[in-house]
Amino acid sequence: MLGEGILKGLAETARNFLGSYVGKDRLTTVQYPEERLPQIEAARNFPFLVYDGPDWQQGMRCVSCLICEKECPPKCISIEKSKDKKPDATGKPQFYPAVFNIDVSVCMSCQICVEVCPFEAIKMDVEFELSTDDRFGGLLWNKERLARSNEYYRQIHPTEAAAVDAHLAEDRAKLEAKSKAAAEAKSSATAMVSAQPASGVAAEK
Amino acid sequence: MSTATEAVRLIPKPTDSHECQLLEVSMGPQHPSTHGVFRMDVALDGERVVKLKPVFGYLHRNHEKIAETESYLGSMPYTDRLDYMCSLTSNWAYALAVEKLAGIQVPERAEYLRVITAELTRLQNHASLIGFLLQDMGASGTPLMYAFREREKILDLFEALTGARMMCNYMRFGGCRVDMPAGWLQQAQKVVDAFPRFLDEYEQLFTENEILMARTQGVGVLSGELAVNAGITGPMLRASGVNYDIRKVDKYGIYERFAFRVPLGDHGDVYDRYMLRMLEMRESVKILQQALRDIPPGPIMDPKTKIRGFRPKAGEAYGRTESPKGELGFYLISDGSSNPYRYRVRPPSLVNLTVLEGMCLGQNVADVMAILGSVDIVMGEVDR
Amino acid sequence: MLEAIKSEIEANVSGCRLEVVPNSSPSGQHSLLIDCERALAVARFLRDAAHLRFDYCSNVTGIDWPGKEIVEKEKIKKLVDGVEQEVEEVRKTQSAGHLEAVYHLYSMEKKHGPVILRMRTKNRSDQTHLPSLTPIWRSAEFQEREIFDLYGIVFDGHPDLRRILMWDGFEDHPMRRDYVEPDDYEYEPTPHDEVLEKSKQHTHGVRAR
Repeated sequence: MLGEGILKGLAETARNFLGSYVGKDRLTTVQYPEERLPQIEAARNFPFLVYDGPDWQQGMRCVSCLICEKECPPKCISIEKSKDKKPDATGKPQFYPAVFNIDVSVCMSCQICVEVCPFEAIKMDVEFELSTDDRFGGLLWNKERLARSNEYYRQIHPTEAAAVDAHLAEDRAKLEAKSKAAAEAKSSATAMVSAQPASGVAAEK
Repeated sequence: MSTATEAVRLIPKPTDSHECQLLEVSMGPQHPSTHGVFRMDVALDGERVVKLKPVFGYLHRNHEKIAETESYLGSMPYTDRLDYMCSLTSNWAYALAVEKLAGIQVPERAEYLRVITAELTRLQNHASLIGFLLQDMGASGTPLMYAFREREKILDLFEALTGARMMCNYMRFGGCRVDMPAGWLQQAQKVVDAFPRFLDEYEQLFTENEILMARTQGVGVLSGELAVNAGITGPMLRASGVNYDIRKVDKYGIYERFAFRVPLGDHGDVYDRYMLRMLEMRESVKILQQALRDIPPGPIMDPKTKIRGFRPKAGEAYGRTESPKGELGFYLISDGSSNPYRYRVRPPSLVNLTVLEGMCLGQNVADVMAILGSVDIVMGEVDR
Repeated sequence: MLEAIKSEIEANVSGCRLEVVPNSSPSGQHSLLIDCERALAVARFLRDAAHLRFDYCSNVTGIDWPGKEIVEKEKIKKLVDGVEQEVEEVRKTQSAGHLEAVYHLYSMEKKHGPVILRMRTKNRSDQTHLPSLTPIWRSAEFQEREIFDLYGIVFDGHPDLRRILMWDGFEDHPMRRDYVEPDDYEYEPTPHDEVLEKSKQHTHGVRAR
């Protein structure tokens, strides 16, 4: 019968229309901004700089190694390395970025800066309501705008942050153990060298 | 690319008949049905198309030149922007070419992840393409919104896995960037299990629809012979009855492990292209069911491949995959430095447009939209 | 396999000169360099020979190989201050370079491939003509147009050789390696490398912030 296919299709639209009142899978839209979908944990938008401790200037993990600036595909990062060293959150003197700018109008959220950073200093944010009417001022983010605490990182990407924290703690423990062992070996070696030169080799091993 | 001065122009016909004049219409570049900024110079004799010249380049950014100045890894996010509907298959094609160039092995789990993401991409691409096709033919809203509703569920999966909905930048040379988060597999299984029901409903909506049949059957016929000679690939080629699916021919990745069939069309018209995509989605669901069932645990990256400072030895390689649009290939020439000497994308969308004029000649001007819609183009890939 | 195809072409197409271009990468995709005069005959043979049937030309690529400076050192015996001495003489010559078109062929009927054909122009400036293979494989139509547009290889016998991606009035060929892009500097907040150099010229040495 001519028109049967159209009737079948109309039955389908009717099913979807009525179904949208009962089934959540037929009505997937929400009334943004009053209503929001839950944040997906792995989501990424623009980068931010992680700092440890309460003071963002002191705790910044970035040591201004310029790797991300070089690897960034659209070249949206611009860093100026500091001339002097300042103590970081653990008290170790480090270089720091005198200037760290990201032009988010150029950034394409590819996450390559995060992947190449050896210091876990740059991570991806999830904030997306960033519209501004100032193309140069509003979209050129300086390091103050980019700095976010590690607590914030833990809050937005809990799984990833936990892995990063564990990894950093492990590194730190290793480093401490190493320096401790080195110091011990040194002190014992000097002690032994004076007493018994032959066993000093074994202690160093 | 030439600039359109006037949208519509009357061309005096060389014959001396007064009532019969050719009308030249510039369709696009901002026409809602041209899938982006694409223009066709169409000459009409009444309703009939007598000439159609596609005009490209409005979205040209010289992707290939940019890639010559980027590192190998740095080009990966740019491949997302080729075919922005299917970033994951573009990623895979590029990763495959680099892996061929440098001789990198991919761990098994990563291969499974690639198949899963690529087939999910195919599902959402074909579903929305059918929506767009119907939209172009005047069924405004409903089919496209149903398709986008399902696409949304797949994009949520992509976001949970890769962090982005469309610009995924997920694959790496020798594997994938991250492993799936907890619960992702169950979520994906749920989406895949529900998909056949959506396909049933979708087919119920169109397949027997008399208007759709009248508008598409016998329209834009492409013979198999011409399709092969003109390098048409993907669903468009198979709708013309040529059995050529690179997943079956090259068996790249681990496609030989999955049982699936290659649907073929008989007539090579718009309706066949529509139907073929419907059938292909069902086959993709089959592949997905098998892949989700069999995915093994293990590493997802080849440990020997470095992320930074990647320098393949001098040489060249051509790697190709079956993307939802057709054969997507990357041809790379390395001179041993950290950026490719030559980086070429073989864009299926561009090559598939070769026969657009041939398919449209003699058809009505309203059919041009249906024919173009059935080719499945994305301008990001056509213009590069 | 390529050697077998090569000897077969040589047996069937009279007077053609072929050369295998080896590829050292793990992909192992070696290619055949064909001469321009017999290119159409070779292509037709590859397409029509019953057991080869390369009916599908997948990819057409243009490549620019600019001329290199060749430094030759030669030891010449010369009279220096009345004594015969060996003197090293350095001669520098500039090779012309060439443009190259690469065709990747597959067979849809026999499901094998790829066979890769290359053709080279004589130089990069005035002798940039190559025969078009569009009469054999229509899939080359847009791709050859693209190479004409971006590299400036003129394909003789192409049915519709116009610019495809750039606009009609555009001059020069942007994919060539010595292409200089027009100086259309716009303010950039985070300049780098070449952009930084360019910005310095425009902002008189002040790094824009």
